[in-house]
Amino acid sequence: MGRFVPLILLAVAVGLYFLLPYNLAFLTRILIMVLLVLSLDLVLGYAGIATLGQAAMYGAGAYAAGLFAIHVWADPLAGLVAGAVAGAILALVSGLVILRAQGLTVIMLTIAVAQICAEIANRARDITGGADGLRGIRMDPVLGLFEFDFVGQVGYWYALIVVAVIFCFLMVLGRSSFGLSLRGIHESPARMGAIGVSVYWRRVAAYTIGGAIAGIAGALTAQITQLVSLETFAFVLSAEALIMLILGGTGRLYGAAIGTFVFMWAHHTAASNDPFNWLFVIGAMVLAVVFLLPKGLISMPAALTQIFKGGRDAGT
Amino acid sequence: MAEPLLELSAVTAGYGPTHVLRGIDLSLTKGERLAVIGRNGAGKTTLLATIMGLTRLHGGKVRLHGLEIGAMAPFRRNAAGLGLVPQTRDIFPSLSVEENLLSAMRGDASLDEAYTLFPRLKERRRNGGTQLSGGEQQMLAIARTLMTRPEVILLDEPLEGLAPVICEQLMAAFEELATDGTRAVVLVEQHVEAALSFATRAVLMSNGQIVFDGPATELRERPDLLHRHVGVGIET
Repeated sequence: MGRFVPLILLAVAVGLYFLLPYNLAFLTRILIMVLLVLSLDLVLGYAGIATLGQAAMYGAGAYAAGLFAIHVWADPLAGLVAGAVAGAILALVSGLVILRAQGLTVIMLTIAVAQICAEIANRARDITGGADGLRGIRMDPVLGLFEFDFVGQVGYWYALIVVAVIFCFLMVLGRSSFGLSLRGIHESPARMGAIGVSVYWRRVAAYTIGGAIAGIAGALTAQITQLVSLETFAFVLSAEALIMLILGGTGRLYGAAIGTFVFMWAHHTAASNDPFNWLFVIGAMVLAVVFLLPKGLISMPAALTQIFKGGRDAGT
Repeated sequence: MAEPLLELSAVTAGYGPTHVLRGIDLSLTKGERLAVIGRNGAGKTTLLATIMGLTRLHGGKVRLHGLEIGAMAPFRRNAAGLGLVPQTRDIFPSLSVEENLLSAMRGDASLDEAYTLFPRLKERRRNGGTQLSGGEQQMLAIARTLMTRPEVILLDEPLEGLAPVICEQLMAAFEELATDGTRAVVLVEQHVEAALSFATRAVLMSNGQIVFDGPATELRERPDLLHRHVGVGIET
């Protein structure tokens, strides 16, 4: 069954394009968030690095792709590379320091890095546009063929393909000895060290790869919305990404995708119906999942099967 | 005399400021089978942890192939040729048997080697780490360490809490590991009889010091020492 989940997710994404043709901007935002949450899953769910600053790499990727498009080359794929490189460099440089620490200190440092980045972007007004945001991003057509359109059709397909490619990459990475060692580090760093793995450098590598993916997510935002604001570094973004991951289930790529979709859909629906109390719905949903499905929504089929089996056994 | 593979000289070590090992001198050559025995708290596990770099070395030298490794991190010591199978086994619970092995695999190591040594693991290769019996977990812990290609295998009480039939299987596996002469095997064990029947050389520890170091057969003939420092008799 597990091997069909990516295909099911892909089919849902394609189906939504046809079912909700007037909500493509929102659906594209979900896809971009899926990418950010996937990057967080690699860092937190696999490598066990507690972070509340993944937005730092996302923002760095967004600004890098935006500036690259304005000043160097407006090709979307080249912009993605620029975003990935910016995210990876920031993650590498900050990770080398942050990952020497443990526990709560790591969380505090990751928050600090995102805040520092936000302040730099705010102060460097001449380059970044400061609080007004980076404007004037005009992208070339994707592959020289597909122009970004007002409705968002090209943006949606572009984001979907990028997310699918990154998803496949992470699936391969997760099954490689590198990915397995990250899971081992998450469960027992001391043991992993004793079987020859440098825990520190593996964590730095995972943080850097996660940073590159977050940078790509930021680059997609910059290219599709053609605007980069200081909000890309916001603490709220990192926190929401964490909630989405916990909601879906950490350490499972599908969990990241499902958690993001459910969170953003609930957010969208609740906020449209009750703009003042929508947070109550989100809070209740997170509480319900944490208490009833501690391993996230991804564990729901197994939990339901167990309940069904239990009921059937009790009946016999 | 053969060149020492592993050498400890005047080693003092412990946890934090506490000294557990005091003035340990020990050397090991390739192909040697060493049993380390002693009461609980004698310092046997600390000795292995010190060799592996998991404790604080207060003084003395630890050398592997003549190279000082006292300041090396555990992962570098493993890469240099030391492999520890801990008492706690430390199987990664979310990984399957196969994934546990793959997570440690290095160089020309292959899953087939692990499955040849422990055929039971092949049958259980898709099972999660928590879905294994104690004996299977021990087999996996040993096989996983072998995936790192160690020249010195440090086995910390591998028979503890296991059924006699599993103990026999494990002892047979230790024999196999030791017979090809390419690696040294250090067996820390509370089962004195089993440890001495496997080893060619024995070290008896008491209060963090070595009180006997010599042929295993000689220690078997010293019931006074065994009684005093281990509290058990042995059938000779």
